[in-house]
Amino acid sequence: MFDGLLTLIVFLPAVVAVFVTIFVRGANSDQQIRWISIGATVITFVLSLMVFVGYDQDLAGVQMIDYFERWIPVDALRSSYLLGVDGLSAPLVLLTGILGMAAALGSWRIKKRVREYFFWLLLLETSVLGVFVSLDLLLFFVFFEFELIPMFMLISIWGSGRPRYSAMKFVLFTLAGGAFMLVGILAIYVTPGVNTLAMVSIPELGITGIPELIAAADLVVPAALIFAFFFVAFAVKLPLWPVHSWLPDAHTDAPTAVSVMLAGVLLKMAGYGLLRINLGFFQETRGFTIHDVAGYLAVIAAISVIYGGIITIRQTDMKRLIAYSSISHMGFVMLGVAAIGSSAAETSTLGLNGAALQMFTHGTITGLAFLMVGLSYDRTHTRHIPHLGGLWKKMPLIAIFFLIAGFGSLGLPALSGFVAEIMVFLGTFSVWPWATGVSAFGVVLAAGYTLWMVQRVFFGERPASPGISDEVYDNLTDANWVDMIPVIVLAAPIFIVGIWPSVVTDMFDIGIQAVLR
Amino acid sequence: MTVQDFWVLSPEIAMAVLALLVISVDLVTRSMAKVSTVAFIGLAAPVVLTLNLWFGWFGDPVSGPALFGTFEADRFSLFFKFLLLTVTAGTILASAKYIASDRMKNYGGEFVSLVLLSVTGMMILVSATELITIYVALELTALPVVALAAIHRTKQGVEAGTKFFVLSAISSAILLYGFAYIYGYTGSTHLHVIMERLAVLPTEAGVPFGSYAVLLSVIMIVAGFGFKMAVVPWQMWVPDVYQGAPTPVAAFLSVASKAAAFAVIMRIMYTAFGDPALMQDWSGLFAIFAAVTMTVGNTLALSQSNIKRLLGYSTIAQAGYILVGMASVPANQVGATFAGAGPQGVMYYLAGYAFTNLAVFFAVIAITSRTNDDSIEGLNGLLKRSPLLAGLLVFGLLSLLGMPPTVGFMAKVVIFGSAINANLTWLAIIGVMNTVIAAYYYLRVIRAIVFEEPADESKFSVDKPVLIAAGLAAIGAGVFGVAPFLLLEFAESALSIIPGL
Repeated sequence: MFDGLLTLIVFLPAVVAVFVTIFVRGANSDQQIRWISIGATVITFVLSLMVFVGYDQDLAGVQMIDYFERWIPVDALRSSYLLGVDGLSAPLVLLTGILGMAAALGSWRIKKRVREYFFWLLLLETSVLGVFVSLDLLLFFVFFEFELIPMFMLISIWGSGRPRYSAMKFVLFTLAGGAFMLVGILAIYVTPGVNTLAMVSIPELGITGIPELIAAADLVVPAALIFAFFFVAFAVKLPLWPVHSWLPDAHTDAPTAVSVMLAGVLLKMAGYGLLRINLGFFQETRGFTIHDVAGYLAVIAAISVIYGGIITIRQTDMKRLIAYSSISHMGFVMLGVAAIGSSAAETSTLGLNGAALQMFTHGTITGLAFLMVGLSYDRTHTRHIPHLGGLWKKMPLIAIFFLIAGFGSLGLPALSGFVAEIMVFLGTFSVWPWATGVSAFGVVLAAGYTLWMVQRVFFGERPASPGISDEVYDNLTDANWVDMIPVIVLAAPIFIVGIWPSVVTDMFDIGIQAVLR
Repeated sequence: MTVQDFWVLSPEIAMAVLALLVISVDLVTRSMAKVSTVAFIGLAAPVVLTLNLWFGWFGDPVSGPALFGTFEADRFSLFFKFLLLTVTAGTILASAKYIASDRMKNYGGEFVSLVLLSVTGMMILVSATELITIYVALELTALPVVALAAIHRTKQGVEAGTKFFVLSAISSAILLYGFAYIYGYTGSTHLHVIMERLAVLPTEAGVPFGSYAVLLSVIMIVAGFGFKMAVVPWQMWVPDVYQGAPTPVAAFLSVASKAAAFAVIMRIMYTAFGDPALMQDWSGLFAIFAAVTMTVGNTLALSQSNIKRLLGYSTIAQAGYILVGMASVPANQVGATFAGAGPQGVMYYLAGYAFTNLAVFFAVIAITSRTNDDSIEGLNGLLKRSPLLAGLLVFGLLSLLGMPPTVGFMAKVVIFGSAINANLTWLAIIGVMNTVIAAYYYLRVIRAIVFEEPADESKFSVDKPVLIAAGLAAIGAGVFGVAPFLLLEFAESALSIIPGL
């Protein structure tokens, strides 16, 4: 079975990247490269929309399968080239399409080494898309690790501040996490009776996935340990307290578009992995199930939410502030997953759906926030909050959209953040009232740091000792239409999902039901 | 010699003729550009003749035993002949500028001709099915390399050549001892006959291989080839020779010589000692060598400061990974699934490693020919001085390290997977731990290239041929990593030598 659409969407950016690098030469090549690369991401977005819309919700299950069994034709290895989407991955593919396009559009003003920049940006999109559509564990791992190389290059060459330090820190953390995941894969691989690396069952192809097989298997390595290996890998990436410290550095020093990708979709690879692997594989394993540790997961989630929130309030750098807020927000994803501890199927489904939706909404909201910081920084050349103030008068459009991102992030009803968080709370509260109650303060903290930052940066008067000279301040301009395209692209889904959440939650629900079996 | 024999042997004949042709061209024209061109284009002849043996286009070649059963152009040997020819083409391309340099231009023709002669030996070696033929081919392989290593006539070069010669002679002697024992025990030098005789000869209970004569013979054969494969404890020559010999020679040696040695040891083991009971015995032997070789190679590489020495040790470690595949024999297979994963993994790893290592060595050739500095510090800030070369070198190193999606990663997955399937989980774990150790020194080189400030900021241009060779090798390393089936299907169809498949 080879549908071809997913293969196309995954490799289109990479192919264009190679094409552009080798063939687009000449005097005006930088401009051509921008156009072609953006064109590629727009096409990828259209294709991702086709995936999302084309997914038949009545049919459910895994669809648009690309299956090439003899990818590694060593029967002993039991790995194949298996791509497919289900309700869980389809919205994330769409999210990647949206953010990939927004990131490319937002990179319009990149001047330095344009060719290489777009090369890596497009490869990054390929690797993220690959993670979301791979249904073979080895293939998943390949894409998951491959993302390191473009990220490393993008941060270390086009970053600011201490880019090399941050890039290296990012690589080391992720490599360590990846090593744990590889050990986890090996541990599943050595299990007698698990004769596949397929992450889901696909009856049409006669594939029985790991979730079914592992339930009946006598594990060589204790299930708790395998769970922990995968959990560590995803906890680093999500990130959860206490393995979060790479995130603020990487975010702060990365160029704007890369921050958008990092916060928008790269962190979601971890959330997706948690749902697909940690939740999907370990519900009925012998000697250990995810239900046993759901309480601990809730506690870690609560610590991440509150710890992230408190640290965020203390930040004076706009970008760093948003970076830290991601830790807090991704804690909600973990909290939603912890709802699996519930004995009532309805509540746990609600919490898991909330977690999935939180990933989607955080992607667009934080992506938008980073984009707005980038636009503001391009003009004022500082991100230091005490140096700013009164920018409202000079750049109202930027201020408005910044405010939208802020409202989304603090969970204002009618914006998508609200829906996700309320679902997480409703699902989790009956199971883990204390952890949920504590985490709810995360929303209060979010209101605090977001509004306070917006107030200090955009409203009020200019500070007594401004960080930007009067001359610069007087010449500040608002965003023009080139800047606004990616902004609109990211703002639209925030409203759409906020007002009409079922457009994605119906989809996620199908996926969650399948994972829960 | 029948017409049939002629066809079966045609690629080797073409190769030897090409070697003579190259020397004549050198004699007549004294132009190194012509020498390179003739050698490169001339390679088409053996390539076409090898393809002919695979597909049977003309001359009606039958791949059966030829030359009185001493030589067989089966698909297994053809796989390695393709690999060797590819490596040769790369080496000639990458040394085009090198042989035209001032210090080399008087020996350029000899250089290319010696490489071609050595490859002729290797091509015979991978096809030989009889012990004497194997031995003669082995000597034909080694002697040109001695001259190549010492071609500069510097103190270091001569030392490298002498070292290689002496150790090569000793290892040949050990090998001959091994051959003599097995001949004395079975009364034949033909691998197939040895297998048949071993099956019917009485065995002693409790003795590995059923008899001390066979045990001794196997150990000596492995020791003899261990020298070529750079297996610990016969690895001492590797770093010295790599450092002392010209870099193109080191590149050639690290890839071609190793591939040929692994091919012949696979053939001997799976043919002469292919009985399942024997297989399990030598599997244990290889497992121990694999564990020791990986660990020693990687540990010694940690403290190297010269890039060529470091690559030498890395080569040793890589040989250890390949030995893991040798140890993963079908006889140990868990369950009833397809049994050839180990040998298939060896072939895939060797081919992937060849592309990767060539990319790395060619990049180093291009760099050191400009900077004349082969310390790791000499690579500092290379990213600023020559982004393209830096990219190639980093890519190659990442593949040696085993980073997805390069061929280095996929080959390790296949090799370790086959080890787990052959009940050697402990070996797979040692292998994975070794890749972590290896990450340290590979990343150290990468850090120097990417992060350190260069002592000399000046950019440098690169010779086209070597850049093309490195680029093609790197593309191979990428493509075969993303699409492993290209090589693995090829390897699977070449696995005819494994008994029972």
